[in-house]
Amino acid sequence: MNHLDLLTFARGSALDLALIIFVAGVVLRLFEIFGLSRKPDLARPRTDSPGSGWRTMLTRSIPPQGMMKREPVTYIGGYVFHLGLFLAIFFFAPHIEFFRSLTGLTWPALPSALVDASVVAAIVALFVLLAHRLSNPVKRLLSTFGDYLAWAVTFLPLLTGYMAYHHLFVEYTLMLALHIFSVELLLVLLPFTKLFHTFSVFVSRWYNGDFFGRKGVAS
Amino acid sequence: MKPKQMMDTSPGTVGEGLRQRGVTRREFLKFCTAMTGMLALPPSMAKVMAEAISRARRQSVIWLSFQECTGCTESITRSHSPTLETLIFDLISLDYHHTLQAASGAAAEHAREQAMKDNDGKYLLIVDGSIPMGNAGYSCIAGISNHDMLVETAKGAAAIVAVGTCAAYGGIPKANPNPTGAVSVADIIKDKPIINVPGCPPIPVVMTGVLTHFLTFGSIPELDALGRPKAFFGETIHDRCYRRPFYDQGKFAETFDDAAARKGWCLFKLGCKGPVTYNACATTKWNEGTSFPIESGHGCIGCSEPNFWDAGPLYKALSMPISVTPSKLGKAAAVGAAAGVAVTWYNRSTKAQAKAAHAKVTVQELTREEK
Repeated sequence: MNHLDLLTFARGSALDLALIIFVAGVVLRLFEIFGLSRKPDLARPRTDSPGSGWRTMLTRSIPPQGMMKREPVTYIGGYVFHLGLFLAIFFFAPHIEFFRSLTGLTWPALPSALVDASVVAAIVALFVLLAHRLSNPVKRLLSTFGDYLAWAVTFLPLLTGYMAYHHLFVEYTLMLALHIFSVELLLVLLPFTKLFHTFSVFVSRWYNGDFFGRKGVAS
Repeated sequence: MKPKQMMDTSPGTVGEGLRQRGVTRREFLKFCTAMTGMLALPPSMAKVMAEAISRARRQSVIWLSFQECTGCTESITRSHSPTLETLIFDLISLDYHHTLQAASGAAAEHAREQAMKDNDGKYLLIVDGSIPMGNAGYSCIAGISNHDMLVETAKGAAAIVAVGTCAAYGGIPKANPNPTGAVSVADIIKDKPIINVPGCPPIPVVMTGVLTHFLTFGSIPELDALGRPKAFFGETIHDRCYRRPFYDQGKFAETFDDAAARKGWCLFKLGCKGPVTYNACATTKWNEGTSFPIESGHGCIGCSEPNFWDAGPLYKALSMPISVTPSKLGKAAAVGAAAGVAVTWYNRSTKAQAKAAHAKVTVQELTREEK
């Protein structure tokens, strides 16, 4: 199998399978989470605070007072990584073509050089966050295999994408195939690992906000 | 002292042939300089090449055409440096070629056998077209199957040049579902040096360049992993494309005839396979350096790559999925939803069972354990 055949497989049957597992997995997990059903809270809410859930979706996304000073690496690293990844996924012209072919939707791309810079920032942030996770005793204690797995499968598409774009070390056709394979690995694992927070993060923030609002600690 | 003769004109040599046809030393050196440039050799090699070629005897060449469309021959007849005439009359002795030879029938086959006998171990074998491994009757010449003719003729060859994607990798005949069981030359011949000059058709100057290299050095040029001469197939079309700056700036044509296309913006979104295609189109160009497909407004289809015909739709961008469709994903979502309902039902029944099995304990039932 030569490099082009490998790329054809990566764009063809392998991608089919990965996307099918991804879509089925995400829908399954959403049903599972929403289907858990909470017991109705019959108590009268402690404070009358409508919209606490919605506000928490925002407030949990920005550091509470004093926390930026205490945990600058976590906050800044997290922002840089997530923003860099977001720009790379949704604003690189070839990626927009990918989404267009599936959804028919299209939007303007960012210049490749800007996307490139955001990928570098995201990669650097990932390494800083990993180093911090390993050196900070509390974070290390809280970390499980799932955290390191999530880190690795997120890092690989960024690295292979960067290498493909810059023609580093490996021949381009092969590197592009490897990039697509790494994305497929991410797609397959996403619904069943901590990476599912992509879909659940704002849902859980709303739930927490609403729950605590009823208990009297509205945001 | 007499200066070193640049053009050997001894009887029977290429030099003599050139002199007879009135080719001057200056013209010949010009040709050699152009060729060294094409082959990415240092300029000083032009003199060496001139001496070597003029001293050489005209190279016997046997050209076998199998499952092909004659496009490769059409392409080489449009060669401009050297022209086909120069190639045939001055540099090589084309002893057998279906389309170009005058002889036919038994006389044609005799010419092949004679050339094989006279130049045993020295002749160059050029093959265009793939070889059917299914029914031998799919393609045969003078009652000889393509496979048998290739094996027989390859035996005494010094080297083999597989011209065109069909001979090099199976090409379009090998495309799914490959009805004739087509294979490439390298799939059959394992004990001879094989130079692949793929392309559908290959660039004429690449074909003549490879021949010139063989005449000059008596050896085959440096090849890549797919057996292609690195001098011509070392870089992708994309890397050498004049539209590349637009790709880097994120400026793309959306259709073949929009304002962006007319401004010469990148054709990536229209399915250009330039980024994964190794060939010299963007540098040597076609038709005496006039242009190449991307220059005339159409994306590269990747014709010099193995299995290019089955490598996804020609008009889909490289980053697009080949076969996944929204309906497939819709079905996946439905399966996911069904599985989700099942899991939810299971979770709820577990919960209900736990609730049912929950035994209530009253204060009266609690007794202090006596020590």
